[in-house]
Amino acid sequence: MDLLNINNLRIEFPSRHGTVIAVDDVTLTVEPGEVLGVVGESGAGKSTIGNAVIGLLEPPGEMTEGHVLLKSEQIDTLSAEAKRKIRGRRIGMIFQDPLTSLDPLQTIEQQLVETIDLHLKLGEKKSQARAVDLLRQVGIPDPETRIKNYPHQFSGGMRQRVVIALALCAEPEVIIADEPTTALDVSIQAQILELMRRLCKDKQVGMIIITHDMGVIADITDRVAVMYRGKVVEEGTTAKILGNPDHPYTQSLISAVPRPDIRLKRFPMVNYIEEEGERTKNIDLSTHWLGRHRDFDEVHGPLLSLKNLVMTFVTKPALLKSNRIAFNAVDDVSFDINEGEVFGLVGESGSGKSTVARMVCSLYKPAAGEVIFAGTEISKIKSENERDYFRRQMQMIFQDPFSSLNGRMRVMDIIAEPIRFHKLASSNQEVEQIVNDLLDHVGLGAQASVRFPHEFSGGQRQRISIARALATRPRFLICDEPTSALDVSIQAQILNLLKDLQEELGLTMLFISHDLPVIRQMCDRVGVMKQGKLVEVSATEDLFENPTAAYTRELLDLMPRLDKLSHEGLEVEAG
Amino acid sequence: MISFIFKRLLQSVVVMLAVALIAFSMFRFVGDPINNMVGQDTTQEEREALADRLGLNDPFFVQFGRFALNAAEGDFGISYKYREPVSNLIKARLSATLELSFVAAVLTLAFGIPLGVYTALKGKSLISKAVMSLSLIGVSLPTFLIGILLILLFGVVLRWLPTFGRGDVVAIGWWTTGFLTVSGLKSLILPSITLALFQMTLIMRLVRAEMLEVLRTDFIKFARARGLPDRAVHFKHALKNTLVPVITVTGLQLGALIAFAIITESVFQWPGMGLLFIQAISDVDIPIMAAYLVLIAFFFVIINMVVDILYYTVDPRLRADSTA
Amino acid sequence: MEQTQPATKSRFQRIFDSDIWYSFVRSPVAILSAVVTIGMIFAAAFAPLIAPHDPFDLAAIDIMDSSMPPVWDAYGDPRFILGTDDQGRGILSTILYGARISLIVGFSSVIFSMIVGITLGLISGYAGGRTDAFIMRIADIQLSFPAILIALLIDGVARGVVPKELHTDISIYVLIFAIGISGWVQYARTVRGSTLVEKNKEYVQAARVIGIRPLTILRRHILPNVMGPVMVIATIHLAIAIITEATLSFLGVGVPPTTPSLGTLIRIGNEYLFSGDWWITIFPGATLVILVLAVNLLGDWMRDALNPKLR
Repeated sequence: MDLLNINNLRIEFPSRHGTVIAVDDVTLTVEPGEVLGVVGESGAGKSTIGNAVIGLLEPPGEMTEGHVLLKSEQIDTLSAEAKRKIRGRRIGMIFQDPLTSLDPLQTIEQQLVETIDLHLKLGEKKSQARAVDLLRQVGIPDPETRIKNYPHQFSGGMRQRVVIALALCAEPEVIIADEPTTALDVSIQAQILELMRRLCKDKQVGMIIITHDMGVIADITDRVAVMYRGKVVEEGTTAKILGNPDHPYTQSLISAVPRPDIRLKRFPMVNYIEEEGERTKNIDLSTHWLGRHRDFDEVHGPLLSLKNLVMTFVTKPALLKSNRIAFNAVDDVSFDINEGEVFGLVGESGSGKSTVARMVCSLYKPAAGEVIFAGTEISKIKSENERDYFRRQMQMIFQDPFSSLNGRMRVMDIIAEPIRFHKLASSNQEVEQIVNDLLDHVGLGAQASVRFPHEFSGGQRQRISIARALATRPRFLICDEPTSALDVSIQAQILNLLKDLQEELGLTMLFISHDLPVIRQMCDRVGVMKQGKLVEVSATEDLFENPTAAYTRELLDLMPRLDKLSHEGLEVEAG
Repeated sequence: MISFIFKRLLQSVVVMLAVALIAFSMFRFVGDPINNMVGQDTTQEEREALADRLGLNDPFFVQFGRFALNAAEGDFGISYKYREPVSNLIKARLSATLELSFVAAVLTLAFGIPLGVYTALKGKSLISKAVMSLSLIGVSLPTFLIGILLILLFGVVLRWLPTFGRGDVVAIGWWTTGFLTVSGLKSLILPSITLALFQMTLIMRLVRAEMLEVLRTDFIKFARARGLPDRAVHFKHALKNTLVPVITVTGLQLGALIAFAIITESVFQWPGMGLLFIQAISDVDIPIMAAYLVLIAFFFVIINMVVDILYYTVDPRLRADSTA
Repeated sequence: MEQTQPATKSRFQRIFDSDIWYSFVRSPVAILSAVVTIGMIFAAAFAPLIAPHDPFDLAAIDIMDSSMPPVWDAYGDPRFILGTDDQGRGILSTILYGARISLIVGFSSVIFSMIVGITLGLISGYAGGRTDAFIMRIADIQLSFPAILIALLIDGVARGVVPKELHTDISIYVLIFAIGISGWVQYARTVRGSTLVEKNKEYVQAARVIGIRPLTILRRHILPNVMGPVMVIATIHLAIAIITEATLSFLGVGVPPTTPSLGTLIRIGNEYLFSGDWWITIFPGATLVILVLAVNLLGDWMRDALNPKLR
């Protein structure tokens, strides 16, 4: 007998632009002790399913068809009060962000005891004992004293453990976890997934994990349902879906996943979801503006050289210097990047990799150390005008496509701004021509220039960002997590584009990512950062095959195992 | 905790000094203090002597220091118009203003917060919509007009309630109270409602907005997903989190009541500090204006201290920050 | 799905296609309050053309017409629809001229506040450090005093500084300055807050990487992105400024009686309230409330429409 059945579910959101069908004819089942993965990219409607099951669909969302059965009992037609009694008691829920999932003004004991006593009616004493026991089960050390703490006194990973403990309070039969590890670092993600899988098996709970991350799917699920635009396009065992997918969408999705174990020339079949940008006309780089004037000062030695860089942030400001609390976000970092090379910088959040990038392009002034670009120590330049000469040669692509473009400016003005500022074109007409060509070249098409950023999707905006970065005709490009806010198939398209541009223009790149598989696809050499320090620098393939630093080995071990993934259609690049 | 209070105290002293500096500058540089104190026929020598006696020829900061020290002891000099120490004038009127503000503050909180919570939770109910519409009219009605309308209705048309003055008061030392007589209490009704109405609508709308914000947060969603009943979600989790930001603004608004009393007192001829102040402005009676400013700042600083300590006890995140 | 929209749009098309316009045409309250506000602004602006009498033309005023009730009263006079005051001036005419003063002071002080507040807010947010701390400390101290008290104090000080014979001439400027200064903090704090958010957004960093200078970044990138909340505040502040002006004039420290605003009219009428001549007070009062209410409703709607969380 199935534990939970979702039959022919259809969820509609009426809106100004007509009714949006978020979920369409979706049927899913979960058995006790089974982990079902629901995977899909943003907008596929996967989160809506979880909310509908527990009866917390946010208005104006509405379940127009289908039903939900818990142990063959129909629960979607129950009264609001009866649904509430099922929530937490029989179906537990875990949300994405542990930092905001807990009431900041109550101790975790208050929150746990409240929930336990509500569902199990154990009374104060026994509820407290059970709360401590739950915390121990989810791996919180010293639960007897930690239980008196407030949420802010726990780290993100520990808070997610508390959230899991809260979901387990009343021994629910089903747990729905909506992107439970997305907000966490890789190392913590692995631990939390391990914990969830163990609890699911031990307690014979049926678990639905909603995620966009193939790594999570590969790590923890028994079966997978793949969603695309509100529909389940394919469902089967995890091994089958990952190893031998039938549906073209699944195939394209899987081929777009960056592999930790191999290096690809390009990502194939990435244009199922959103047409990969077509270059409407090819420009001859030898004569075109973009290709001309690339005769930069010749450099002897590395193009960029960082020497003992230090960056200090004050975390607690005070009038007296002695009372200030500061920490070194970047601590004695030195490395070189040679002309034409793609250098990767990898590390967990807070490791200081973005801070390094911002010091390189003078957004931050280093507390100590030198940034030497093309033989000049640019961190010491005082005059803005003198600095402009180097700014032109060095551009940056940012992480968040939704905040990296000024929403009040047309795409034309956004891309033209650097050209006009650095006076790289002689007339307005020429500027417009260049912008149109750039838009063509990054695969958006010239007609995009008259529109505003909000009219574009995340991937398209990232193309605009790239066009803007190219508009100074730089020789050096800093990419700060350029794809981490994007869906995996869009990520593959953008990475393809960056690879192409790098080759065509002979760009030198500093490529920053927290994602080791992405680093393997993109970079020639890699530096690994941990808490502000550079722990290892080596050639990419060496790093993956023979890591020297203990921390690198640890990071590599924590990478999701994706060896079950299909290799069909992939073109491997020789290492 | 001790260091936290100490830090706040230090900040308060700085604020008081800044305000005192403004007050002193007004006193010293607006108009000629000597001219305001003596008659037309006073000779130049007499003026010089007076200036010397008052220390007006001393360096600026010596004068300011003297002013601040005197002010700390409650001495703000002599009123130009009444020829009486300002401290006496204010002392005689302080109780009237504070009693009025106190009653208005109680009204503001007793109605503002519950109505804000109600309209946030039951946004679709008819009562909520009516209250929200009324509250918009409330913020659109100038205080003096509310007073006039209340006088017109209850004083002129219905003749139920007194429309000016404090009624009979009982003196307890230098403090006079209207709380102990029937006519004193009756006299309080219209002015306190007038004074409270605007702040009440403000607090109500603020509580509503903050509560709606909190109700959208993840932890409320998670609390619902755990099956907690609405009552627990709303009053245990949402309300407490709503009150944290509300406390600050509420503190400021209660402080504002004392200053807003100027208008109410003027409409109802209420014999308080506000009435004294507004007359002082018309007469350019700078010592009274300066004293009033310092006094209001003092009340504000006290209220702010209380608010900060409240904040500190309600929000565990602050406690952690100061110990870390 | 976004690609299906036509590629080029004129500015007007963008306005009519925007969510704001969509929300506006679907809110009867917003439309009504906009109509009332604009109607009153027009009536006040063209008061000399519309008003049946010139209340300041001494030759046209007849003391014999004084204290007449509105026209529907048995003792009313068809020449004075809303009755007359103690000096025989038609209430309707004085209201039209009074609203003019109220609106001039209101708009001028809002603009004054905006300029001061936005400038200081941008500087404070973008520069940070000591400049920021200094500006915000002043703002904090000022914020702890109600705007009306600040305005009263400035007004009082100005009376002391300015020679008596000039009081009448400059009192309107003093008033604008006083109300304007008392309101800048709101703008500064909001703009500073938004600036702090915006300046860390990646589009600003991108502009810095290009080399754009701080002043240009502030003007071209940050300012347009912080104007949304500023417009909401400005609308609500207009209501507050009108109320403040009325209050000051009611207290007798606002505009001089020779050029009465709505507040002055209410003050004058208040003296006749007990004698039963209610219309002298009530009509200017009602005009004031309707004007302020309309502006407030507009601001309220705008705040909801601009708040992405409520959409």
